[in-house]
Amino acid sequence: MPEPFRLLVYLGGIMAFVGLNAAYLVWVERKAAARFQRRPGPTEVGPAGLLQPLADAIKLLSKQVLVPPEADRLLFRLAPAVVMAPALMCLAVLPFSERLGARDVPLGLVLVFAFGSIHVLALMVAGWASRNKYSIISAARVVSQNVAYEIPLLLVVITVLMMTGTTSLREIVDGQAGAFWHWNLFNLKVNPLMPVTFVIFFICLLAEMNRAPFDMAEAESELVAGAFTEYAGMSFGVFFMAEYANIVVGCALATILFLGGWHSPVGLLPGLGWFLLKLYALIFVVVWVRWTFPRTQFYRLLNLSWKILIPISMFTLVLTSVMMKLF
Amino acid sequence: MKSPLREVLSGFVSLLTGMRITLQQFFRKPVTVHYPHQTLPIPKRYRGHVVLLRDPESGQALCIACKACQKACPSDCIAVDGIKREGERRKSVTEFKLDFTKCSLCGSCVEVCPVDALEFSRAYNLASTRREAFHQIDLVRRPGASQQ
Repeated sequence: MPEPFRLLVYLGGIMAFVGLNAAYLVWVERKAAARFQRRPGPTEVGPAGLLQPLADAIKLLSKQVLVPPEADRLLFRLAPAVVMAPALMCLAVLPFSERLGARDVPLGLVLVFAFGSIHVLALMVAGWASRNKYSIISAARVVSQNVAYEIPLLLVVITVLMMTGTTSLREIVDGQAGAFWHWNLFNLKVNPLMPVTFVIFFICLLAEMNRAPFDMAEAESELVAGAFTEYAGMSFGVFFMAEYANIVVGCALATILFLGGWHSPVGLLPGLGWFLLKLYALIFVVVWVRWTFPRTQFYRLLNLSWKILIPISMFTLVLTSVMMKLF
Repeated sequence: MKSPLREVLSGFVSLLTGMRITLQQFFRKPVTVHYPHQTLPIPKRYRGHVVLLRDPESGQALCIACKACQKACPSDCIAVDGIKREGERRKSVTEFKLDFTKCSLCGSCVEVCPVDALEFSRAYNLASTRREAFHQIDLVRRPGASQQ
């Protein structure tokens, strides 16, 4: 395929993938939340409420985008645009299957984490520009939360990096080829605490994505809607979509790093199918966690990171390096 | 004082227990009754607004317009009027107005009725945009009310 054409196809494909996922994960979330609480969930719009995201989108699009008079106009309008960027950028380097993946950058893993942090920047800018006390509290929380959780997350990633010896996501997946005990999750020969590492990674992922039980940024019972309080119409919709786009990116990354990407334990499906299966299974766990646990208090959140997650991830890092040196 | 490591472990186990419980609920049937499409059976002793019982053959109200209910009503929401028709041994009701805006469904009227001509209906889907719809419910001219 000629290069410019390929570029356009992947650009369109990634945007469609993000858009579709953001729209339909809202539906999945609402349905799943309903089932966890033994309700039927959305049923009225279309069969089994399947047209609900469309109805929501039309409602949001028909609303006026208001800018509060006291707000910083430029930053206020910029934040929704910035918040979508990291998810789209990250998907450009994530490999979906043997042959599907927009770009294989040698420093793919580093790139994902570099762009992933922009999401926090966007939330902070949104909170700051709104000139609203709840938004500013939320912005401050987002930053301190993400600083706290970036550390164990990166420590875990370094552990994985030492095992794989490469930052190219495609090579990381290829290193886990074969049966499922070749996955990094079960690489117990190098690090007997690998499942613990995965759990830490997953917890940090939830915190980085601002998902319940770590949704301190939105915290609707304390901070109205946090950084999104002043946003109306589709500019709020974009933040909402970005949340789900980030979940997709985060879970895709977990699949690649720990669950062997597109490699299947038994065959049957093509590589892409297995990748998506693992991805959506993880997304289901994210939703499951949200509807199981209540939101933590803010200082507990920081305690969890600084007192528990960082020491444990440090320990696994040291353990891995020792094991690799010895064996 | 438990050791920190054990505390983390027991905390994690309790998280897993919580997740197991919610997953069990996930696979069970929703308990919601999807209201406009489904309804629960109304209990036998449900108290809707009162209605006049009628003779199943002639369709005539059993009420003899004795006004006992009007006197018994603590909220003054019943107004009864009747006439004595030729050839009949009892009076028959011509007007039975219920002010449902004031009625508290206490049931004094049903209890006091000497001929058991009143009963609670099971109408609970009462909705209107006008006050008049409940202000003066005409029970003589609304025979279908009890079927609601």
